[in-house]
Amino acid sequence: MRRDIVLRVAAKFIMAPLMLFALYVQFHGDYGPGGGFQAGVIAAAGVILYALINGLAAAQRLVSMALVERLIPAGVLIYAAVGLVSMALGGNFLDYNPLAHDPVHGQEWGVFLVEAGVFLTVFSSMIAIYYAFASRRAS
Amino acid sequence: MSFLAAIDQHLPVIVVLAPLLGAVLVALVRVEIASWPIAVLAALISAAAAFRLVFVVEQLGVVSYRLGGFAPELGIEYRVDAVNVLILLVVTAVSLVTLLYARQSVAAEIDGGRVPWFYAMMLVAMAGLLGMAITGDAFNAFVFLEISSLSTYTLIALGRDRRALVAAYQYLIVGTIGATFYVIGVGLLYLATGTLNLALIVERLPDVVSPRALIAAEAFILVGIALKLALFPLHAWLPNAYGYAPSAATVLLASTATKVAVYLMARFLFGVFGIHVEIGPVSVTGVLILLSLAAMFVASLAAVFQRDVKRLLAFSSVAQIGYITLGLALANPAGLTGAFLHIVNHALMKGAAFMAIGAVLLRCGSSRLDDLAGIGRTMPATAVALTIAGLGLIGVPGTSGFVSKWYLVLGAFDDGKGWLAFMIVASSVIAVLYVGRLLEVVWFREPGKAALAASEAPLSMLLPTLLLAGLTIFFGIDAEMPARLAGAAATVLLGGHP
Repeated sequence: MRRDIVLRVAAKFIMAPLMLFALYVQFHGDYGPGGGFQAGVIAAAGVILYALINGLAAAQRLVSMALVERLIPAGVLIYAAVGLVSMALGGNFLDYNPLAHDPVHGQEWGVFLVEAGVFLTVFSSMIAIYYAFASRRAS
Repeated sequence: MSFLAAIDQHLPVIVVLAPLLGAVLVALVRVEIASWPIAVLAALISAAAAFRLVFVVEQLGVVSYRLGGFAPELGIEYRVDAVNVLILLVVTAVSLVTLLYARQSVAAEIDGGRVPWFYAMMLVAMAGLLGMAITGDAFNAFVFLEISSLSTYTLIALGRDRRALVAAYQYLIVGTIGATFYVIGVGLLYLATGTLNLALIVERLPDVVSPRALIAAEAFILVGIALKLALFPLHAWLPNAYGYAPSAATVLLASTATKVAVYLMARFLFGVFGIHVEIGPVSVTGVLILLSLAAMFVASLAAVFQRDVKRLLAFSSVAQIGYITLGLALANPAGLTGAFLHIVNHALMKGAAFMAIGAVLLRCGSSRLDDLAGIGRTMPATAVALTIAGLGLIGVPGTSGFVSKWYLVLGAFDDGKGWLAFMIVASSVIAVLYVGRLLEVVWFREPGKAALAASEAPLSMLLPTLLLAGLTIFFGIDAEMPARLAGAAATVLLGGHP
């Protein structure tokens, strides 16, 4: 597969728009369909595509297993930390209103940060599942 | 002082959040040495919050916490009353003791690199169970059910034996079916009432025009939960799961997981649908009594013929769950008090029993009944704990098992069902058989090679085991505290005020 020039060139063309599209879906979640979960899956699909074309080793040089395993809990931590901050600012857990000077901006910030956490966890979970299957040796 | 008041206000979320954050930290740090202290600290915070909640609930009656500040119509509400505060207390306390116990057992049974993952999964399972117990939202309960289930599958699969993988897979299939049934039922409830909040569902139930959706919802929800709590004949997953899981995981699951499912069933039966509602021509209490009796007898008999002690105790768990559901089905104050008392007591004695077996497994490398021969001579303290737990399972006076069965018998007489009281006593006789078989092997057989080479369990495992065994005795002699809490839970479930 490594020599197949059509696949490699096509994948190269797809990769960058794919990542951009992931970011678009991530940040457009406030206004339309989208959000951290979908964006995470799309971005992970980019990495998995890279791994399919260039091999597992190349993909793991790009996004290492150690990084992926750290990112999974890090995303949850971001989510929970937002809740803790809102508790410290006098609201209930995950109440976004006190996060900014007025409730509307507070909600925006809260959702933005929480979605960032969701993105990280989904992105890295998807890759971790792919790595786990792809690195299995047939016995 | 204001800081403490602020903490008081957030207690319900702290109970769930502490183990969840602990799990995330353990997974993030992933250093074997750091995992255990973080896990214990998280469980300690959670247990302290639950302990404090008991007092707050006794003062206020009901504590409501709105996640994100949203009203219950829109958001998720945590709702703590006398019923689930007892469950929270049991789950957090037993989890804490289990984690204190776990360190050496885990170090011996789990591969080095997986130890942090194991503790992370224990904490996630704990958070899931606590969330199921604390939430006042039917769908949120489903989410937490899945959280606890998924982590449980992982915990079971981490067992040493290759058969652990099969057991985990079996439980995965059954558990997923159960969760799906539950969520179908919740969907029907939502269809009929337009809300997922349990309190609001109850408010709107009288306005529901067609009872058919409700009947289907009740059937789906009850069967779904019954799979999770291993109600006979839906218990087939349980003996394998408990038998092959790592010892520490077995302790946690056996003493907490099924209890939370029982709580959820009680909440739906009494708090939402009403216990005396019939599903078509079928009376819920009638079926529940029948299945409970079947569990008490068939599972106890099955336990008598097991060759592995972990599986023996697992079958005994199915039987003991039968007593608890029998108490629910009696639906009177004494019966319900007995059910909730038995939730507490069974958590303590099964916890102690599985801890003792975990210690034997560490020292002898086997939990087969024959390999336990004469272990009482080389590991006397562990064997004493196992003996106390076994006597509790029978319901010998002086142990807490007697107190809960006493309440159940009272409940049976209050209901005018004297024959049920007889069945409770008769099934205890079968418990005498399997516990007797175990104790005979442990104390009176000539020690085998492995048993002779074994030395007493390390103190870090022995103390938690003896603590739970001691509590089994203590609550058998002075049952005031658990009986008061269980009585309050029964009163609230039956629609009164504590």
